[in-house]
Amino acid sequence: MVTLTIDGREVQAEEGAMILDVARDNNIYIPALCSHEGVTPYGACRLCLVEIVAKGRERLVASCLYPVEAGLMVKTNTERVLDNRRMIIELLLARCPDSEVIQDLASELGVDKPTFRLEEDNRKCILCALCARVCQEVVGVLAISLVNRGVDRQLTTPFNKDYSEACIGCGSCVYVCPTHAITMEDIGAQRLIKWPHNQMEFKLKKCKICGNYWAPEKQIEYIAKISGTPPEEYDVCPNCRE
Amino acid sequence: MNKLSSPDELEKLRKSIIKNRDPNKPCITICGGTGCLALRGERVITAFKQEIKRQRLETKVDARVTGCPGFCERGPLVVIKPQNILYQQVREEDVPEIISETVLKGDIIDRLLYTDPDTAKKIIYENKVPFYKKQKRLIIGNNELIDPTTIDDYLAVDGYTALSKALFRMSPEGVIKEVKKSGLRGRGGGGFPTGVKWETCRRAQGDTKYIICNCDEGDPGAFMDRSLMEGNPHSVVEGMIIGAYAIGGHQGYIYVRNEYPLAVQNVRIAIKQAEEYGLLGKDILGSGFDFSIRVNRGGGAFVCGESSALMASLEGKVGEPRAKYVHTVERGLWDKPTNLNNVETWANVPLIINQGADWYAEIGTPKSKGTKIFSLVGKVNNTGLVEVPMGMTLREVIFDIGGGIPKGKQFKGVQTGGPSGGIISESLLDLPVDFDELTKVGSMMGSGGMIVMDEDNCMVDIAKYFISFLEGESCGKCVPCREGLKRMREILTDITEGRGKSGDIELLKRLSTALIDGSLCALGATAPNPVLTTIRYFRDEYEAHVRDKKCPAGVCKELVTYQIIEEKCPGCGLCVKACPVEAITFMGKKKPVILDQEKCIKCGACYDVCRLGAVAIR
Repeated sequence: MVTLTIDGREVQAEEGAMILDVARDNNIYIPALCSHEGVTPYGACRLCLVEIVAKGRERLVASCLYPVEAGLMVKTNTERVLDNRRMIIELLLARCPDSEVIQDLASELGVDKPTFRLEEDNRKCILCALCARVCQEVVGVLAISLVNRGVDRQLTTPFNKDYSEACIGCGSCVYVCPTHAITMEDIGAQRLIKWPHNQMEFKLKKCKICGNYWAPEKQIEYIAKISGTPPEEYDVCPNCRE
Repeated sequence: MNKLSSPDELEKLRKSIIKNRDPNKPCITICGGTGCLALRGERVITAFKQEIKRQRLETKVDARVTGCPGFCERGPLVVIKPQNILYQQVREEDVPEIISETVLKGDIIDRLLYTDPDTAKKIIYENKVPFYKKQKRLIIGNNELIDPTTIDDYLAVDGYTALSKALFRMSPEGVIKEVKKSGLRGRGGGGFPTGVKWETCRRAQGDTKYIICNCDEGDPGAFMDRSLMEGNPHSVVEGMIIGAYAIGGHQGYIYVRNEYPLAVQNVRIAIKQAEEYGLLGKDILGSGFDFSIRVNRGGGAFVCGESSALMASLEGKVGEPRAKYVHTVERGLWDKPTNLNNVETWANVPLIINQGADWYAEIGTPKSKGTKIFSLVGKVNNTGLVEVPMGMTLREVIFDIGGGIPKGKQFKGVQTGGPSGGIISESLLDLPVDFDELTKVGSMMGSGGMIVMDEDNCMVDIAKYFISFLEGESCGKCVPCREGLKRMREILTDITEGRGKSGDIELLKRLSTALIDGSLCALGATAPNPVLTTIRYFRDEYEAHVRDKKCPAGVCKELVTYQIIEEKCPGCGLCVKACPVEAITFMGKKKPVILDQEKCIKCGACYDVCRLGAVAIR
């Protein structure tokens, strides 16, 4: 354990833990969009910038990626930090004017009107790659990923099709998307997942007892395969499985 | 041949190579670098080979295709040794005459000599040419002495003596101490002390350590690493082996752009030859030290020149940077301690080991030691590669070596350090060029690009160009770089197209701060430099665009009109023919032409062809 200071408060943390996690454990708020406990820190959204003094040097770092060390001094809301966060949210607001999450963050930071020209399409995705990272690191299927470079970067399926062979329809991407740019809807025997540029339908499995549709067939096949359990075990939904 | 298994065997071989070479035997060295090849140098090379054969001179005359000597403006370049007569802009037709007159009789061919534009005198010898005179060519100088595909040529100029010295007469710590003492700093742009980096990597935990040479040179207009890799790959390889020995690494990688086919080819040949001689691979020179090198070709993404992106690319992943709060010397390629240096840095190492740190540290300024190769391009008379001691002023580089600005135009600024460097104005021409001085004025050394601009360049347009370049090369991972550069380009485009608003300059500055403070890697963090320096040194030009909707340099099309000055126009009709959209009407001889503003696309063709100054840009 090491001792560090966040906003003047002395806190204890495990050496090597990231500043953002330590701050959250101590109920100190730092905004962040692209971080998630389930995946490796990535450092794309830059909203979690904080000011640190380490080895006598003062600088801004992404708190989601910076491992704590003894004696580290962290300030989460200096004028410099807030100025940078404001500009980042102004940039995101122009990119994602339709996202309520971004709108709320903007007003929280005192940004009440757009600074830049608003994007015409795809007005919710901030390209944080959380969806693709969860798909790869947690689900383990790599059904979607970010393609192209720089301003042309986008989230898509292989070959830009409305189909991804690898996708099991689990909806993890929907669950982690911080700006609700990916949606999922179950209608009867069908599940529909909509990504910013593609969409895909999945057949749902019916529970033999209650008759409810409870999970995509592809997902069940995948789980059966990786867990080595027989497919019959999934004939019944978890609710009826006593 | 058998592998060399001791320093003595290496020296014996070297002696026999030198003994078999008569220093007085005429040798025609022909530049085989990319610049000269692009100027049909290939034909000149073939012509020399054929002519020597035709005249049956194979035993009397040597012809050697060498690397780039740097004076690309005047290529194809041919130097006749031992006298060192320089012939420039040589064509295949000149070849028989060069052999029969100069090589055989010693007569000079006047028309192929370089003319000093200041004195109008013809200059015979290479070292008397002003372009070369002020240079200190420690690194690039060997380029013109050796055929890069022949290891014996490198051995003849004392190649691999530093390696032998390091392996047998120095400890790894001793090598590091020497490099630290020399004051060598990374030539790729960061300027980090090389010896300190090596030491940290040597001390890092782990048995496996990797050595990388970064030859992903991507700055527009920069080609010094390319020329070294093409012209003297063994010097880079030798530097890497010494570094590996010092750090304790056994596997090296050379990451070279695939757009540099000659560099890829020559370095592969060099590695193969060094392996055959026992200078690379297992038990180097019988020392027990193993080191091998693999060449990896880059796909051409600018961001892969950034060390962590380069390593991701080497690992077979998408070339995107990662945060370096844990340094790559601790955890780099495949999470192992990794020491990455740039081509030019590696090429400096044999020199330091051979000549000693004290000798090296004499060259340069207190905190920037040695020489630096710059690629001097843009609006300058002598385009090419120049190597000068650190601390030489910009004025000396641009005017004394570069020969000043063509067509008598006025110097306006110089961009140093590549696209993310800054543009420095005339008032700073006497600035000594070193790492810290350039940073102080808002620019940087970068890898050594130097783009000269004259009165005809619009600084807002230049800033827009570099920002567009970086926007296209940003990997897109982090928000400030991806979104910020896009917005900067939008604002700059608005300004150059007459839609600039008050507050735009301040907004550009705010965006710049967000990129500097918030970007994930150095690409984003340095990207605002062209904008910030042009605002700092040429603010009036921005204001003219924004406030008066005028482009003082006459570059931004939307803000200028082309006009015929009636008093000066004799109605010759040259511009009428040149106009691609028939916007100019011929009104009869001795009558001024008429330009239809509605049709004019502002291409400037009329302005370029008019010899009487009758077309004005307003």
